[in-house]
Amino acid sequence: MKQLKTKYLNKNLAKLALLLSALGMMSSTVAAAELTGTLAKIKQDGVIVVGHRESSIPFSYYDNQQNVVGYSQDYANLIVDAVKKELNLPNLKVKYLPVTSQNRIPLLQNGTYDFECGSTTNNAARQNQVDFSDTIFIVGTRFLVKNSSGIKDIDDLKGKNVVVTAGTTSEVRLNQINDEKNLGIRIITPKDHGDAFRTLESGRASAFLMDDALLAGERSRARNSDQWVIVGTPLSYEAYGCMLRKDDAQFKTLVDNTIVQAQTSGAAETSFNRWFKQPIPPRGLNMNFDMSSEMKALFAAPNDKALD
Amino acid sequence: MNFDWHVITNNLPFILQSLKISLQITVTAIIFGIIWGTILAVMRLSSVKAVRWIAKAYVNTFRSIPLVMVLLWFYLLVPQLLKTLFDLPSSTDIRLISAMVAFALFEAAYYSEIMRAGIQSISKGQLSAALALGMTRMQGLRLVVIPQAFRIMAPLLLTQGIVLFQDTTLVYVLNLADFFYQSVEIIGNNNGVYNEMILFAAVVYFVICFAASSLVNYVKNRMA
Amino acid sequence: MHIQWNWGIFFEQAPFGDTTYLGWLWLGFQMTVLLSICAGIIAFVVGSFFGILRTLPNRFLARLGAGYVQLFRNIPLIIHLFIWIYVVPDLVPESMRDWLFSLDPSIFIFMMSTIGLGLFTGARVCEQVRTAIQSLPSGQKNAGTALGFTLRQTYLYILLPNAYRRVLPPLTSEALNMFKNSAVASTVGLVELSKQANQLLDHAGAAYESFIAVTIGYVIINIVVMKGMHYIEKVTRLPGALGGK
Repeated sequence: MKQLKTKYLNKNLAKLALLLSALGMMSSTVAAAELTGTLAKIKQDGVIVVGHRESSIPFSYYDNQQNVVGYSQDYANLIVDAVKKELNLPNLKVKYLPVTSQNRIPLLQNGTYDFECGSTTNNAARQNQVDFSDTIFIVGTRFLVKNSSGIKDIDDLKGKNVVVTAGTTSEVRLNQINDEKNLGIRIITPKDHGDAFRTLESGRASAFLMDDALLAGERSRARNSDQWVIVGTPLSYEAYGCMLRKDDAQFKTLVDNTIVQAQTSGAAETSFNRWFKQPIPPRGLNMNFDMSSEMKALFAAPNDKALD
Repeated sequence: MNFDWHVITNNLPFILQSLKISLQITVTAIIFGIIWGTILAVMRLSSVKAVRWIAKAYVNTFRSIPLVMVLLWFYLLVPQLLKTLFDLPSSTDIRLISAMVAFALFEAAYYSEIMRAGIQSISKGQLSAALALGMTRMQGLRLVVIPQAFRIMAPLLLTQGIVLFQDTTLVYVLNLADFFYQSVEIIGNNNGVYNEMILFAAVVYFVICFAASSLVNYVKNRMA
Repeated sequence: MHIQWNWGIFFEQAPFGDTTYLGWLWLGFQMTVLLSICAGIIAFVVGSFFGILRTLPNRFLARLGAGYVQLFRNIPLIIHLFIWIYVVPDLVPESMRDWLFSLDPSIFIFMMSTIGLGLFTGARVCEQVRTAIQSLPSGQKNAGTALGFTLRQTYLYILLPNAYRRVLPPLTSEALNMFKNSAVASTVGLVELSKQANQLLDHAGAAYESFIAVTIGYVIINIVVMKGMHYIEKVTRLPGALGGK
């Protein structure tokens, strides 16, 4: 994959060289002449492809008009605006590509899309393959269970069915703990959060392990949302970042600056309140999810540290 | 289950759009699949061993790999190649193109088998007559044999088209919103009517395919 | 295209399951084979049953067989699997549902996929069996009647043995199709061979290597099934028949 990417960069470098000579003749702006990586690709193609999720409520998902909306999507929109400004292309075409937990990394690497702001955890293993922007959200992985089930923590799940979305860090973590503690948990791994919640709702699983904010999002569209509760001490804390192609310093700087700007100016907090403290599509339910102290600390001092 | 039909009427534009995608893939794959399949069939009857061998290897390879795998190959591993090959502007939806190319190449392997059987069912005398009339072997095939093979095999080619239409549901693995994915995974999921939409999709496919196959049978009986 | 190969990836430890990535592939391979064999048995039994029904003089039974074929031929396989996994548990009585959900989820998914794939393939087997029986010269059936055989005996001792010999070649291609169709079960979460290609892509990032390995897996299955079916064809061939001993 790495080679593939370099090849694709080389190709773009060659095109860039052409562009440079053209620009040289026109003696255009200096900033545009220094474009590399993703920014150069976007400029050359005249289109930016934004990866998004289909059911990561309330981060990145479809509303009733099938527009992509959510807390992370707000960041994605800011980043697109910043790119337009940087490249001086106010009419830059924006395309959206739905990705899943399982295909988001290969599709980013092979250039099918340019960046993704969804619910992707920044961790050491993934940093070998992709880069992450500054953190946009911090979650703890916990369990969503039925109110009446009496399940309080992972030890109550011995020998039971637990559902977790395929290709997530939680899937790996649950499998590891299950092996370590010999809990005999039977694990179901559907392809997306929506499928996972349906598995829980239908009774096929006793608990749904996932990032707490996502669990709150899934609960918000349940038929009877008050019969579901989030329980357990977090198995891990995770930092979400926007995902970028590796070694693309120029694009990362632009993305990071945009995020820092949003988080320190109060725009990110407004967005948080919009998605976590007010009624949201598709069902118009309010998640009533309070901002954690970790999130407050993050907004005070933006950074791109992984938490594992 | 008490199903609220408003889910369908409210989302009708999305449903129709997705049905268009299913049909788009089906039609392009049928057209290119039959053309490329016929070429492969002729190649398999060639007098040059290497040509025969290439066509045979192509057909056997595609016939031994599941369609799901072919689609994933084309989506995850060859999009860049496709972009360069067809010189596509970056704004094209690579999933749709990937699906169309994958289906066309995949179905060609099946169409070629049908066409080969059709060509072989034409009596040798036909080709000899064409040669006697001063046609080249290629002209004989193109003007005399293939049109007849085509007529004989028309019902089978059409039936394969119906199978192909059903197979387009497998673009599920590309998250491409064809009729099935749109109805079930997007509309069904977002409105809490997942199971109802699965049954809805089943009924729609049944009606379309049943009507189409009845039509094929009617045509077949008229022709026979 | 320049690819940096890393075939060593298969011998690296997988993130869970106490095995290597090759171990994951092997598990997926076994699942594909097991699913196909179990579904194949269902397809053969159910397909034969309805195929015979369709040739019987009783019109109602013949209609029943035709209905089965129409239902399974005109709805895509993926929808059949979705119905078995998601809709059926919703429709059955509560006690049955509780039992289904008390099963190990991987067994539940396996069971439902097997039924779905089996019945789907059965519709194709049904058509082959019917065609084979109807293609037999009518003299065979008349001979049975003349000998005083009941309808049951005529089928059992005369028609079916001959029909099944005829049905073997088309069944080979149905068997091959079924192995390929088993990959559709990955969409309902069965961890079979093609699903493992995704798992490896996701956890190991070795796209080309894992896809090539999985593709080779299917080619191997294909070859084995083809050889196996030809062998059965050979040993069941009647002496004196064309191509027989």
